[in-house]
Amino acid sequence: MSDPRSAVGGAVYEGYVTVKDSGAHGMITLRGDHAELAEAVKAAVGSGMPTQRRIEGGLGGGAAWASPDELLLFCDYADAAGALEKARKSLEGNHFLVADVSDARAVFALEGSGIRDLLAKLCPADLSPEALPHGEFRRSHLGQVAAAFWLESEETATVICFRSVAPYVYDLLSEAVKGGPIGIF
Amino acid sequence: MLKFTCPYCGIEASETELAAGGEAHLKRYGPGSSEQDFEGYLFLRKNPKGVHLERWRHVMGCGKWFLAARHTATLEVFGTYSAQTHEPPAEIIENIRAKFPEWQA
Ligand SMILES: [Zn+2]
Repeated sequence: MSDPRSAVGGAVYEGYVTVKDSGAHGMITLRGDHAELAEAVKAAVGSGMPTQRRIEGGLGGGAAWASPDELLLFCDYADAAGALEKARKSLEGNHFLVADVSDARAVFALEGSGIRDLLAKLCPADLSPEALPHGEFRRSHLGQVAAAFWLESEETATVICFRSVAPYVYDLLSEAVKGGPIGIF
Repeated sequence: MLKFTCPYCGIEASETELAAGGEAHLKRYGPGSSEQDFEGYLFLRKNPKGVHLERWRHVMGCGKWFLAARHTATLEVFGTYSAQTHEPPAEIIENIRAKFPEWQA
């Protein structure tokens, strides 16, 4: 099998927040009635079911609440095809949709105490600790394009966007770092 | 800035996270309807300066369509509600009438 290549080739930008291409990750879209999905999620990525707007686990194995009838599952890139099959098998006979979207996505890691500050420059979402606690999976937009992100801690966040706009998102984040902190959080 | 709380995911979304879908609660007139009804369904919209019931889609988010009541001039929002309804819920009407007692859906 050929090696997966991420969209911006492992780029890193250092500043008051470090922006890192996080490489290739396994991602699976799972749609259906949330009440029927728990077993499939466990089977596919070993994670529990997230409650509204939350993420359970993380990139190595996790599930994020994407909409009232949609989850985004995470696993290692190499395991995505297997996880997809496990979900499919577990849901046999139900009304559902499952798709491997790993190659349609790009992932960035943000590191530094200014991550709320940085995201607030680019996004209309309320980034205060009250509105965006750790583990809250927020879908919104960064600049002109759709993105989703969550904070693991006050120093680390993960950003997901479509692969087709990955260079734009990387440039956007890096340029916003260049400007320095606003200092609102 | 115009903000709506999406009834499906609970996020207070900004206007840039949403897509406007025009007037809500349109009754569809299809094959077999009169030309006048069909024209009304296709082209005739309320466009008030005042309270308006609208369709919005949480496009940069959960992707769901929802309905909203707002004032088109002041941008005051009276509430958002499920798209699976044929008329505004009592609570929304109450919010509107608290400010505009004469208002009729
Ligand atoms: Zn929503």
